[in-house]
Amino acid sequence: MFEQLSHLTLQHYWWAIISLLAALLVFLLFVQGGQSLIYEIAKNRNERTMIMNALGRKWEFTFTTLVTFGGAFFASFPLFYSTSFGGAYWAWMALLFCFIIQAVSYEYRSKPKNFLGQKTFDAFLFANGLLGPILIGVVVGTFFNGAEFSVSNLNASTWQNQARGLEAVLNINNVALGLAVFFLARILALLYFMNSIEHKILFDRSKKLLVYNTIPFLIFFLVFVIRLVLKDGYAYNPETMVVSMEPFKYFMNLVQMPVVLILFLAGVLAVLWGIISSVLKDQTRGIWWAGGGTILVVFSLMLIAGYNNTCYYPSNYNLQSSLNIVNSSSSKFTLQTMSYVSLAVPFVLAYIWYAWRAINTKKITEGEMTGKTEGHIY
Amino acid sequence: MNEIVDLSMLDWSRGQFALTAFYHWLFVPLTLGITFILAIMETIYYKTGDPEWKKITRFWMKVFGINFAIGVATGIILEFQFGTNWSYYSWFVGDIFGAPLAIEGIMAFFMESTFIAVMFFGWDKVSKRFHLVSTWLTAIGANLSALWILVANAWMQNPVGMQFNPDTARNEMVNFWDVFLSPMAINKFLHTISSGFVLAGIFIIGISAWFLLKKREVPFAKKSILVAAIFGFISSLFLVTTGDGSARLVAQNQPMKLAAMEGLYQGKNGAGLVAFGIFSPTHTDPANDQLHEFLFKIEIPNALSYMIHLDANAFVPGVKDLLNGNEKEGMLTAADKISRGKMAIETLRNYKNALTEGRKEEALQMRDKFMSKDFQANYFKYFGYGFIKNSNELIPGIQLVFYSFHMMVILGSWFLIFFILSIYLIVNDDITKRRLFLKIAILTVPLVYLAQMAGWTVAEMGRQPWVVQDLLPTVAAVSNINAGAVMVTFWLFALIFTLLLIAEIKIMTKQIKIGPNEGGH
Repeated sequence: MFEQLSHLTLQHYWWAIISLLAALLVFLLFVQGGQSLIYEIAKNRNERTMIMNALGRKWEFTFTTLVTFGGAFFASFPLFYSTSFGGAYWAWMALLFCFIIQAVSYEYRSKPKNFLGQKTFDAFLFANGLLGPILIGVVVGTFFNGAEFSVSNLNASTWQNQARGLEAVLNINNVALGLAVFFLARILALLYFMNSIEHKILFDRSKKLLVYNTIPFLIFFLVFVIRLVLKDGYAYNPETMVVSMEPFKYFMNLVQMPVVLILFLAGVLAVLWGIISSVLKDQTRGIWWAGGGTILVVFSLMLIAGYNNTCYYPSNYNLQSSLNIVNSSSSKFTLQTMSYVSLAVPFVLAYIWYAWRAINTKKITEGEMTGKTEGHIY
Repeated sequence: MNEIVDLSMLDWSRGQFALTAFYHWLFVPLTLGITFILAIMETIYYKTGDPEWKKITRFWMKVFGINFAIGVATGIILEFQFGTNWSYYSWFVGDIFGAPLAIEGIMAFFMESTFIAVMFFGWDKVSKRFHLVSTWLTAIGANLSALWILVANAWMQNPVGMQFNPDTARNEMVNFWDVFLSPMAINKFLHTISSGFVLAGIFIIGISAWFLLKKREVPFAKKSILVAAIFGFISSLFLVTTGDGSARLVAQNQPMKLAAMEGLYQGKNGAGLVAFGIFSPTHTDPANDQLHEFLFKIEIPNALSYMIHLDANAFVPGVKDLLNGNEKEGMLTAADKISRGKMAIETLRNYKNALTEGRKEEALQMRDKFMSKDFQANYFKYFGYGFIKNSNELIPGIQLVFYSFHMMVILGSWFLIFFILSIYLIVNDDITKRRLFLKIAILTVPLVYLAQMAGWTVAEMGRQPWVVQDLLPTVAAVSNINAGAVMVTFWLFALIFTLLLIAEIKIMTKQIKIGPNEGGH
């Protein structure tokens, strides 16, 4: 079946899968968003336990999606993996450190004799919630704003900035995206709390915080999007593979790929409706609107980064070293082989959905956290 | 390709990867084995409805949860370190190596993480049947994830199913099934997971023995020992069988590793198997300070030749044959391989330069030459040797590999005996009265971790200097980073992993002391 497809089609197919994984990852960052809220939303031990357990039942999905995103990127576009990971060393290391401390914190925080103390593990979760989304946003920002590296004719990459990736925070577009992702993660977390916890005070507090977080989100998101559609982009000629700067490249990508534009606008509207309906109508299903919208927006942004002859990882040091889905991908055979595995993705999504529903049919209550329960309590 | 590599940076990068891998592997084998034991215990509960089995399952599940979290934390680092610290490697073999990692994520990690949530939180939320299915799927997911990463590791030990593409300057997969079903991959998977099963069996018996010594939770402990001992015994048989197959595969594909494992310097027909030996502290060969003679050894005559070739008189090459060549056996010298490797690298470089400079006809000729059967078989085959400066670099740390290998084999044999004794005592005798055995069971727990580490030391240190056997040495695979940066992250990882390990041990110890009847929160 995939044998009939050209290498170029497979490269596009795999960029779409990477984009979908990135979109799911950003949606699942609601776990991090929730962790960054623990000191604001929970005012006593019971409330914090409810918040932690609501998030703790989902943290592994975010973690797994991040790992799968990394693995799929490695497999489908290995030149990105070798260039960015081997180059932007400090940026990726910072991200990794803040994820290591998350993995154990849920399980260990409330266990007796946990050596570092509950406050330390909660601080780890807060740090992961604060830094994780910002760092991911900043790193993804370089997909549009470029990084400083060169690639030799033997495809060996060299990073050309001593800050080893930390220089990305000096770009306002990257920072705007990082902060937009951070506030979006918090919004999604608040909507998730409203959906999964049965507690009037937490519900009202979530609603109030939703408004406070929506304002900075909109500001940073608009800064990023406006600057993105107005900026020159990194285009390559598909015949000669020569890279050049093209005015309004990302805006033109949206215009020239109207389906992507529709997905983007639909996503933005869905996020807004998720927030508005929750604030005005006390809806508990806002997470699904805003979550679905987040997936559509991130998916469409990733498509305009890599489709329509655009370099998804531009080099500001040497334009011709910029990476695109053609020059950085795996061989046709590998993409073809992995495409068969990708057929399992809908099945995977289906069982995740089924299991998620099975666990979330009963909302978390104060009684469940404090009384006798058969379930695992964090 | 790295022209000049800062060796201290290479050492720090290797150290960082080894540190992460060792910490990761402290936790993974227990996960691999205990999930299946949990599934068996819960199945008994499902079939019998006996609440004692539910209590047993829930206790070991709690222990598993504590162990699992830290395994996840260290695992993510390993995946990303392929890129951060081994940048050229990521490109050179990413077309093949990346695929198993991606499949691991899509097929295994999601299965594991989805159903683990049901397993932990679903006791009173889903049906008994769905819960049981989730526990089994968690076990299958955990072991599937091991499958794919071990396929990738086996490929590095024995690269098959690929072809070098001079246009992209990397190896590309041409046959997925050759990669997935290579004997090395199958053997490595079975050997590794069965070692995890053995570890889990011993872990459960050891902890249960502690309860019996304390005269606490006797029915719980005895039932746990019964399941763990039978499971561990069957796994031990697999472990021994696959270990034997593993040695044969190493002999075929990594003869230098085998020579180091056996301390065999001079190859011979009818080579003996060193059952145990101690090296002299001083080296005897002025040309190579790695080659220390044995002070003492117990050797089984002809056994190595028989084990490897099923022929007691077959030839087994030693370190010196692999370095100096052996005309009679048709073996090239290391110097010859290095020179052929340099020729392959030079031809590739010339081809790419001709292409970049627009000398198309010349480039085409060079490409044809590079891709010719003769060049591939006689020059490209030794591509990695072209990065080697001195043939002594081709020898792994012999003593480390030898002692690790023998420690693993001796301990592995003890584990088999241990399981047989455990089954005998739990079925035919009153194990609660065998206090010496119970104490030995507790002491066997750290030994099984030691055996795990020894096994990986043989596998990974034994294949040095190669990242990908014969094609890419570590010196050429490493990222071009400042040694200071890697040193800082090394110590940060060491600090954080150690803190988390201490926390894990303290929490685990406390939970065990609390026992199966209390909540533990």
